[in-house]
Amino acid sequence: MTPPRRKRREPKPPPPPRPPAPQQTDGEPPPRNPERLYTVAGSEDGARAELDLVTLIVARDVPQPAASPEQAAVLRLSASPLSVAELSAYLNLPFSVMTVLITEMITAELVQVRSPIARQAVPDRSILEAVMHGLQRL
Amino acid sequence: MDFKGSDTIPGPRTEDHLPHTAETAVKIVIVGGFGVGKTTMVGSVSEIRPLTTEETMTQAGIGVDDNYGSESKTATTVAMDFGRISISDKLVLYLFGTPGQERFWFLWNGLFEGALGAVVLVDTRRLEVSFDVMGRLEERGVPFVVAVNTFPDAPRYAVEELRTALDLTPEIPIVECDVRRRASSRDVLMTLVRFLHSIALSRALT
Repeated sequence: MTPPRRKRREPKPPPPPRPPAPQQTDGEPPPRNPERLYTVAGSEDGARAELDLVTLIVARDVPQPAASPEQAAVLRLSASPLSVAELSAYLNLPFSVMTVLITEMITAELVQVRSPIARQAVPDRSILEAVMHGLQRL
Repeated sequence: MDFKGSDTIPGPRTEDHLPHTAETAVKIVIVGGFGVGKTTMVGSVSEIRPLTTEETMTQAGIGVDDNYGSESKTATTVAMDFGRISISDKLVLYLFGTPGQERFWFLWNGLFEGALGAVVLVDTRRLEVSFDVMGRLEERGVPFVVAVNTFPDAPRYAVEELRTALDLTPEIPIVECDVRRRASSRDVLMTLVRFLHSIALSRALT
């Protein structure tokens, strides 16, 4: 029996940067505070915190009485480091909603980010070696 | 308070907490057709009970790099199962499995960006369902290995026969595995990381 056949594809050049997306799309709950969101997006260095699924978040402090319930939950969960993906799973919030919440909390200095991963084309060799050693022990 | 309150949200079990020394996290994405065993693979090697994160894809998002007509006005929720392996006190590896509609995986911003690489899990009974995802990984320059999840009643092909059928270059590893077994899933990940290391080495030399 002969297997079906595929044709290899070539790498494409990266797509041009997206046009700025409208903040609001149909069918989604409106952000609670659009002005605030804009401020966060354009904060000091002009760069929005680039949060990956696996960016590790750590609480700077225990929840204060003034914290919103969602913020209190994030602070409680990230008492030890936790990825954005795990926070999203435990809080049952979509990833993009989670990133908005965490970006606000970074700006408010409630949480900090542990060395955000560099989105580089070729991973660092020392990291790959560490992963190999770690998997060998599994 | 209307919100249930933060105390009612289940968090990680005590043994699932990462050490305070954890500072870097990396990820590997496991892709493949429906029912090929991606979630099983995540579960067999993960140190935590697999979790699910989701993202809402709106039509605006879908239009960016795919032509899926305007018939889909509704938002689509894409769920992603993931697990975790602590590599060392400082380094954590996350594994993302991609259930559901594959056309949406590549619209999930940042799922593949920053990933070390990918495992394409294939079932030889339905080899063609993985063709499109391999092509998309190639277009994006995401390095991958092919893991054949051996089902008892599936046709067995020699590796070189599969390489020809899948039109893969000689350096891309093709391995057989049984994703229900932790050691077997671990070996697939090892194969991927060794392959990535060889790529990194050869780029360093040129």
